[in-house]
Parts: sequence; structure tokens; C-alpha cells
Amino acid sequence: MSLETPFHKAQGLGPSHSGVGHFWRQRITAVALIPLTIWFAISALGLVGDSIVPVLRFLQNPVNAVLMGTFVGVSLYHMTLGIQEVILDYVPHPGFKFLLMLVNYVFAFAVAAACLFSLLTVVTTGT
Amino acid sequence: MAEEPHRSGARPLSPFLTIYRWPITMATSIVHRMTGVALAGGTMIVAWWLIAATSGSPAFNFFNEVVSSPFGQLVLFGFVWSLAYHAVNGIRHLAWDLGYGFEMPKANATGIIVFVLSLVLAVAAFAVAYTGHGGYYQ
Repeated sequence: MSLETPFHKAQGLGPSHSGVGHFWRQRITAVALIPLTIWFAISALGLVGDSIVPVLRFLQNPVNAVLMGTFVGVSLYHMTLGIQEVILDYVPHPGFKFLLMLVNYVFAFAVAAACLFSLLTVVTTGT
Repeated sequence: MAEEPHRSGARPLSPFLTIYRWPITMATSIVHRMTGVALAGGTMIVAWWLIAATSGSPAFNFFNEVVSSPFGQLVLFGFVWSLAYHAVNGIRHLAWDLGYGFEMPKANATGIIVFVLSLVLAVAAFAVAYTGHGGYYQ
């Protein structure tokens, strides 16, 4: 006779082992992105046009540079949380799942690095 | 999998998208995911814009050229609408998280509002740009 309960068979089968933290990080970044997205939309519309000069002038303003960096950073963090959720929901193969999770984070860090480096360059070099 | 539901080691599958008819709340949920994934790609547009701005006029003009092309405008509209939809429907989700708007008639109504409002916002953004009301930081 086995004293085994079915519980251990179910344990660890879920896709996530830290769900509550993920849930809250997703909500907090979502709330932060509401004003940031409104700011980004207003800014992007204000910069519609052919010339690079106003764009550089806009990004050299420290407030705009910080807000742009924050928008990009929080967006990409929110993105990793969301894409992770999609991967865990739809990709059953463990190896492929791992690969996609890796791609998710490498993509986020690469895009964030490119954006922040560009912002820093604009801010420090001037026109 | 229906033939062998109790095979050892095989985990049961939930019915998936193709099984259901599409209520409004389901459509808004699926589109929320789709726009989220699209926005992940959209981050590259923002990154390219910032990189182009750092790299000087030729790179920036090339960015403008590509984005202004018919295909570029189509992609940009998709990006803008995705952003509007994900933002507006995201607010709807946050309201649900706080416990508001769960009643079916209300959830259906807000779903339709999200679709209409996001489209209105996207079209309005393009209207502002095309009628020359954009570029106020120029």
C-alpha cells in the first residue's frame, strides 16, 4: 500500500512558481504606464515632422529624457511579464519554452540598452 | 487528445479558441494579448527612432522615409492602434482587478467601448498628424 497522495504528482506542474509577484509587478507597471503612455503619445504627436533638430532638442531636455527612459524601461519590463505569460500558456515543449523565455529577456535587455544608450548619447553630446 | 484522455503523463487540455463562439469579452481578451505581442515588436520602432535620432540626419531621414511610406504608415497605424487598445483595455482590466464592471452587460458594454474608443484614438492621432496639427514641438 502506498501512502502517496496525488498531491506530489500535481506539484510543480504549473507553469509558474512565483505567480503572485508576477501578478503584482504586471499591475504596478500597468498603472505606471497609463500616465507615461499619455505623455509619450502627446510627445510623439508633437514631434511629427521631417527634421531631426526638434527631436534632439526635445530629448536633450532632462525631464523628457528621463520620462522617455522611464517609458521605455517600464514598457519593456511590462512586456517581459506579458510575453512570459503568453509563452507559458501556449508553449508546452520545455526546451522551446526555455528558449523563448531566454529570447524574451534578451530582447528586452537589448532594446532597453539600445534606447538608453541612444538617450544618453543625445543628452551628453548636444546638437 | 480526446481519444486518450487518461494516458499516464499526459496532462489534460482545456478547450481552446477554436471550440468556442466568440463573445465580446473573449474577443477583447484575445485582442488584448495580440496587441500586447504586437507592441513588443513596436518597441523596436521606438528603439529605431531613438537610435536614428542619435545617429544623425541621414539615419533619421531614412527612418522618416520608411515610416512615411505606405507600408510604414500601415505598420505605424497598427502600432498606434495597438497602443491605444492595450492602454484602454488595460484600464478596463485594472477596473476588474478592483472589482468593478464584472456584470455581463457592463463587461460587454465596456468591451465595445474599448474597441470603438481605441479606433477613435488611433484615427484621431493620424488625423492630427495629417491635418498638420502635429509637430507642435517643432
